[in-house]
Amino acid sequence: MVDALRVIRDDGSTDPRLDPKFSEDQAVAMYRWMSLQRILDNRMLALQRQGRIGFYGPSLGQEAAIVGAAMAMDPEDWIVPQYREPGAALVRGMPLKELLCQLMGNAEDPVKGHQMPCHYVYRKGNYLSISSPVGTQLPHAVGIGWGMKLRGEKKAVLVFFGDGATSTGDFHAAMNFAGVFKTPTVFLCNNNQWAISVPVSKQTASGTLAEKANAYGFDGIRVDGMDALAVYRATRDAARNARERLGPTLVEAVTYRMGPHSSSDDPSRYRDEGEVAVWQARDPLPRFRKYLEHAGWWDEGREARLEQEIGDEITRAVQEAERIPPPAIETIFADVYAEMPPHLRQEMDAFLALPRR
Amino acid sequence: MPAMTMVQAINNALREEMRRDDRVIVLGEDVGRNGGVFRCTEGLLDEFPDRVFDTPLAEGGIIGTAIGMALYGLRPVPEIQFMDFIYPGFDQIVSEAAKMRYRSGGQFSVPMTIRTPFGGGIRGGHYHSQSTEAYFCHTPGLKVVVPSTPKEAKGLLTSSIRDPDPVLFLEPKKLYRSSREEVPEGEVTVPLGQAAVRRSGKDVSLIAYGYMAQVCLDAATKAAEKGVEAEVIDLRTLVPLDEPTVLSSVKKTGRAVVVYEAPRTGGYGAEISAILAEKAIEYLRGPIVRVTGFDTPFPYTLEDVYLPNADRVLAAIDKVMAF
Repeated sequence: MVDALRVIRDDGSTDPRLDPKFSEDQAVAMYRWMSLQRILDNRMLALQRQGRIGFYGPSLGQEAAIVGAAMAMDPEDWIVPQYREPGAALVRGMPLKELLCQLMGNAEDPVKGHQMPCHYVYRKGNYLSISSPVGTQLPHAVGIGWGMKLRGEKKAVLVFFGDGATSTGDFHAAMNFAGVFKTPTVFLCNNNQWAISVPVSKQTASGTLAEKANAYGFDGIRVDGMDALAVYRATRDAARNARERLGPTLVEAVTYRMGPHSSSDDPSRYRDEGEVAVWQARDPLPRFRKYLEHAGWWDEGREARLEQEIGDEITRAVQEAERIPPPAIETIFADVYAEMPPHLRQEMDAFLALPRR
Repeated sequence: MPAMTMVQAINNALREEMRRDDRVIVLGEDVGRNGGVFRCTEGLLDEFPDRVFDTPLAEGGIIGTAIGMALYGLRPVPEIQFMDFIYPGFDQIVSEAAKMRYRSGGQFSVPMTIRTPFGGGIRGGHYHSQSTEAYFCHTPGLKVVVPSTPKEAKGLLTSSIRDPDPVLFLEPKKLYRSSREEVPEGEVTVPLGQAAVRRSGKDVSLIAYGYMAQVCLDAATKAAEKGVEAEVIDLRTLVPLDEPTVLSSVKKTGRAVVVYEAPRTGGYGAEISAILAEKAIEYLRGPIVRVTGFDTPFPYTLEDVYLPNADRVLAAIDKVMAF
């Protein structure tokens, strides 16, 4: 990998110029969020195969780029997700059970079964709702940042997207508006090398994605997306600049989608397992563990306890969520408008009056 | 009370609402220094230099960033210069703004009013004349509003800006400067979702919106000379529709002519026809007749032939009266 910012070295030591100087608690918390994301992914893919949830999109390999960026933001900042960032919602305080209810589309699903799994939302944590089309969230993040600026508030907004999204018109519009209006937006591109089956080399002829920022009049920075401290450092600096009214930043986190695009995808149709193996050697979790061990904060015992604890936590959440019934039929008609208009009430009443089979 | 054109009334509504509510933001192409190509935003930049923005030329960016502002709690009023230019922002309108409340289970909403001039009658050719409200009326989560007089343009725009949901506010540009009306200074609101009976009559209901409401009034005047009393219903809000007003008129007259300038097939008036067929067929004394634009792109030279006029509406009235 060329010219990408790194903090954690191969031996677990850190680059002293860039090290964010975490306390043990901070470092362990970061590792815990990444581990939770990893274990959750494996469990959810299994649940999907058993038919207990309808769909899942894993983050395997991208934990550092998701958790590292989310943890770099302050609580009053906003996070605008793409769809591969449940880890960021959890960092923002979304209860695991609530996330599970979303995946199951049950009566306690925060979106009332209105969306397929993985379309999380968590208003309390300033974590925006997710749509499936790629890149559409980018202008929203610019508008949110613009709003912060108009209100005179020193906050920033972090928006996640992938390499595929950089080809969309919305990416261009968002980057252009952000540059012109100097919005406090941190563009966090998870360059995971693949947009379903299309490699980044077929997505763009640009040497890097980070350099696209130059054309819009602001900085782009390329970081090792398998290094959580590097992602944290770059995002934290970008967010600080945003709050200081120095404008937006594009952070390209160079990472890898180790798993399928989703539970409906079979990557063996289009990519070589040899490539996956190369990236597995850079897996962000063992990498971070090495850093913890180098600092004297981690050992086999703690690792085993953490895995057990997270596993139990997920098991409990799954058990609780699976006991919850499906949403009531009336919820189909809820939240279309702030107030249900007469034609919709007519449709609902007419349907509810039909004999139930 | 000053007499205003619709352009002046819209300008007045924006100005007053911006004074009342500092969350109201105006953005779009040429809306700042130039005051908009139709001058609807003239002078707003001078009074609100921090809340009026000339944006880059990108409708998807205008709508998409306005959605972001609305999510953050502002009340953006983006302008799309012509409805014919709205499609780069179509995805943002129908897939993002309109779905936000539903897809977030009510956690987020988009209180945004998109203003855009629509319809024919200004020699604008294909790309400055279309009337494509049907695309948007087919989108749950969006409201669609069409004024037909200056005073109501002020009232409906004020209500739209205050509405908690996204509103597409379609301004019939043929009526922008065609007449003046007394428009009160200060707060004027017209509730969304209520049609207006523009003229009462017992023989036939003419149902229309925007410029076509004016055409129907002209047709009703001519019909009266022949002894036919036409009632003119101006829908004002297409979504949500004021169904009771439409139904009670048609139940009274027993005859319906639906007029819209868009292409006939799948037009919004087709929905009106369907509702009448479903809910008032036992009251009908003749077929429901539509008077519409043709199923062609909008022509330039023969624009006046394309657009429904009072004579075509009269011919339809004759047809249903003779049935």
